[in-house]
Amino acid sequence: MPNKRILFLFIFLICTLAFFLTWNLSTHVSLILKLRAVKLGGLVFVGMAIGVSTILFQTISYNRILTPSIMGFDAIYLFIQTSLVFFLSSLSYAQIPGHLLFMINMGLMLLFAVILFTFVLRATRQDIQLMILVGIVFGMLFRSFATLMQRLIDPSEFAVLQSVMFAQFGSIDESELFLATVMLLLLGIWLIKNCQILDVMALGRSKARSLGVNYDQMQFKILALISILVSVSTALVGPIVFLGLLVSALAHSFMRSHLHALLLPAAALISAIILVLGQASFEHILKLQSTLIVVIEFFGGLFFLALLSKGKIK
Amino acid sequence: MISIRNVSHKYGSQNILSDLSVDFPKGKVTALIGPNGAGKSTLLSLISRQTDLKSGQITLDDVNINDFKPKDLALRMALVTQQNGVESRLRVRDLVGFGRWPQHQGRPCAEDHIIIDQAIQKFELEDISTRFLDEISGGQKQRAFIAMAYAQTTDWLLLDEPLNNLDIRHAKTLIQYLRKLAHYDQKSIIMVIHDINYAISGSDHIIALKNGKLSFCGQTEEVATSNSLSSLYETSIDVVKHGDRAFAYHHNAI
Repeated sequence: MPNKRILFLFIFLICTLAFFLTWNLSTHVSLILKLRAVKLGGLVFVGMAIGVSTILFQTISYNRILTPSIMGFDAIYLFIQTSLVFFLSSLSYAQIPGHLLFMINMGLMLLFAVILFTFVLRATRQDIQLMILVGIVFGMLFRSFATLMQRLIDPSEFAVLQSVMFAQFGSIDESELFLATVMLLLLGIWLIKNCQILDVMALGRSKARSLGVNYDQMQFKILALISILVSVSTALVGPIVFLGLLVSALAHSFMRSHLHALLLPAAALISAIILVLGQASFEHILKLQSTLIVVIEFFGGLFFLALLSKGKIK
Repeated sequence: MISIRNVSHKYGSQNILSDLSVDFPKGKVTALIGPNGAGKSTLLSLISRQTDLKSGQITLDDVNINDFKPKDLALRMALVTQQNGVESRLRVRDLVGFGRWPQHQGRPCAEDHIIIDQAIQKFELEDISTRFLDEISGGQKQRAFIAMAYAQTTDWLLLDEPLNNLDIRHAKTLIQYLRKLAHYDQKSIIMVIHDINYAISGSDHIIALKNGKLSFCGQTEEVATSNSLSSLYETSIDVVKHGDRAFAYHHNAI
């Protein structure tokens, strides 16, 4: 018997999807449907990846106000794009095939994550707080490098860069999306099998260890999983910073449970709903002015503050 | 029996334990005492494998503790630590329920629920079993964590300062209860304890550490003397008889 609230969220998401697909559909039905379906797939995938990775990151860092973006994944992403434009010029940057760029981005971000998790975590005796701090410092370093190079390049080349500095859902490649979806499914299956261990891990390292959980090994696996999710979603559409925080706060206050078997699907669904609704209102109400992420971060921020001041978020 | 053989441990260049060898007897309440920084908690975390053993050997019933899988060790010994901060928003009953994790690995059966109920009853948590951990007092929290370790139903129970935050009645009941567990259920209990009177009246065996070395050990009534305790804590402690029970008198500064 699935949880009623999860079921509610699921039905709500289906309605949102149907609404998004069929809104104002008059001419060129099959072409528009196909375009919208790909965009929708991207939104749902990125939403779920962000929701799940944020909950996981908060669980292993014992902190409800952190998101994986604090580790500087978006900074790495910006750094990669900026150096490509800097060293290759915008013309050759634009000529790099889509999935090659996708692979380069994903590969480099994963490499960074693995280096951070293995070497730093070992050097700090499994102190995750210290590792996060090192991540922040690296993030700042890469961000500064990127800013430096952005100042040195030609303004017209900078304009090319600017379009990738915010997440974009308009230009998602189908084959990339397919690859990403397969990955999400595999990771999802692993998570379903292991989500009860996550409940134990949320008690803290020493508690979990005294209950016989192989904590350090699990922690590494989960960090790896988080970096795959974040890298793939960033490589697919670009950086999204604030959404995860909003989603995890909503998931916690909506589910009122410590069980990851409920929290993870709730966060995935809520996140997907917010992105799809945001994109719909962005396209039809704001008429494509500004970008989706600005919309989400503005309204999401207001909503978050409202919840916080009413004491709904704990 | 848990045997410590030639165990040394360092944090940085600081010697915490140096070449310690001592035995924790089975089926008894053992009080681990000593001044601050003597290495008591470190020893406890080495035994429970919270900290990796760098030099020396620790065996549980003649099996090296490093040879146990984490899961199997959790079926043999339960640990209550000093820091009990938990970030996830848990209810008391859920916390106690986690004590059964080593047995059921996520699939609790009827027996697990019975044991959880017993633990909640034993530690008088019925009234607060549905409250959140961040909404109860320090002493209630302490009892909830001890109830969780109890629910683990292991032969060995390791407690780091179990009397923390407990009022007189609950402290007394806990010590009486630990004694019952040892004497009737053949459980072996190790507790780090600072209240010297509870150590004397509540334990069968005392192991005293000082500066990472063994100061003295043995049966409580034999080794807990004015001389040994005074030199251990470097302050005058008078062990006097009150009726037929020993009592440490150390408040004579005022």
